[in-house]
Amino acid sequence: MMTLEAALSALAPRLVPGATEALDVRRLSGGASQETWAFRVGERDLILRRRPPGGAGSGNAVGLATEAALIRAAAAKGAPVPEVVHVCAEEDGVGEAYVMGKVEGETLGARIVRNEAFAAVRPKLAGQCGAVLAQIHAIDPATAPALNTSDAASELEKYETVYRTVGPERPIFEAAFRWLKDRAPVLGSPTLLHGDFRNGNIMFQPDVGVAAVLDWELAHLGDPAEDLAWICVNSWRFGGTKPVGGFGDYAQLLEGYEAAGGKPVTLERVLYWQTLGSLKWGCMCLTMYASFASGADASVERAMIGRRTSETEIDLIALLERAQ
Amino acid sequence: MITAPTAGELIDAVIGFIETRVAPQMKDRDIFLARVAVNALAAVKREIAEGPAAEAAAAARLAALLGYEGDFAELNEKLCDALRSGDMDLSTPGVFDHLKASIIDQVKIDQPNYSGLKALQP
Repeated sequence: MMTLEAALSALAPRLVPGATEALDVRRLSGGASQETWAFRVGERDLILRRRPPGGAGSGNAVGLATEAALIRAAAAKGAPVPEVVHVCAEEDGVGEAYVMGKVEGETLGARIVRNEAFAAVRPKLAGQCGAVLAQIHAIDPATAPALNTSDAASELEKYETVYRTVGPERPIFEAAFRWLKDRAPVLGSPTLLHGDFRNGNIMFQPDVGVAAVLDWELAHLGDPAEDLAWICVNSWRFGGTKPVGGFGDYAQLLEGYEAAGGKPVTLERVLYWQTLGSLKWGCMCLTMYASFASGADASVERAMIGRRTSETEIDLIALLERAQ
Repeated sequence: MITAPTAGELIDAVIGFIETRVAPQMKDRDIFLARVAVNALAAVKREIAEGPAAEAAAAARLAALLGYEGDFAELNEKLCDALRSGDMDLSTPGVFDHLKASIIDQVKIDQPNYSGLKALQP
């Protein structure tokens, strides 16, 4: 088998006309289920996103060719996304992967929320996030690759199974599951959702704000409020006091969404999905802890993330108190 | 039992060792993991100091709520059963107050600087 460097060099002329070589091939950190590599062809900085060789991928993830098609569909609606340069075929020798243009900027929530560099653009970010989601939600699902559909009831069923499988006795989770099930909204027309729109998956630049929406692997069809609410979950605010990603207010998010053509979504519906989102992140913390408990991943990080479950419970209590 | 060094002092000693001797020699992801290890030890220290009182208070609230005595694990399981079956819910007198008081105590142990704790406890 060719080395990755050789495979990317063989691909170079199709990435940048006239180029013959891929340089500075290096693995970037971050991205647990997919590998991310940076490299350069000619003058152009590129990113390779690929499934780890032999990796099964996570159960909910769409394939990489689907991701690439969704990014192109979002670009066609004017949403800020990286340019997909090439979707790899089997004969490329890279594996299941695609190549995109590198977008400069910052994804770390704590820096977006606190760093002076973002002070000027920060008040605009929530409105921009709303506008970008409206653009993504405008993609006609009929023109996109086939995706799973989920609504509040099916999400709750999925995460309750996770919770019961891990098996802790956590009364706040019990109360929250019951409360959310009793109020599960009916899904209208299924909308194409990003599925993981939050700090960490959005590239921000100090001069423009939202520069690119990344990590499309959890895309699915569902309730628009799910996407609007996920970035409001307290765990993604990184200490920021404002509800939207730590940097903005609900009204800015929803006004930005409507101004960009999104169908009006009530704050109540966003808060419902935010509550479901906190519960979902809590169940994900439990799953990550379970991989420690089973011996599959003995790292202190996996053990300690189990103690982050309580942060989602205190957020649930605050949301349930607000709703009463 | 011995009175010194306390468990808390031993944990402080290990935290100090990791921070001053181990972490500076770490590279890449191990730097992050050393920080997580310190956080884990700090949580253990808080749990030793605050856990027993928090659990006793929770057990007392549960006994009042359920109408019978028992240890924390047993009573907590009964509350979970009642919430799951619908015999109790958030509108049952005492349930919400118990959940709120319990989670405030737990987050004080797990993550005392968590923003959600400050939000709930002005």
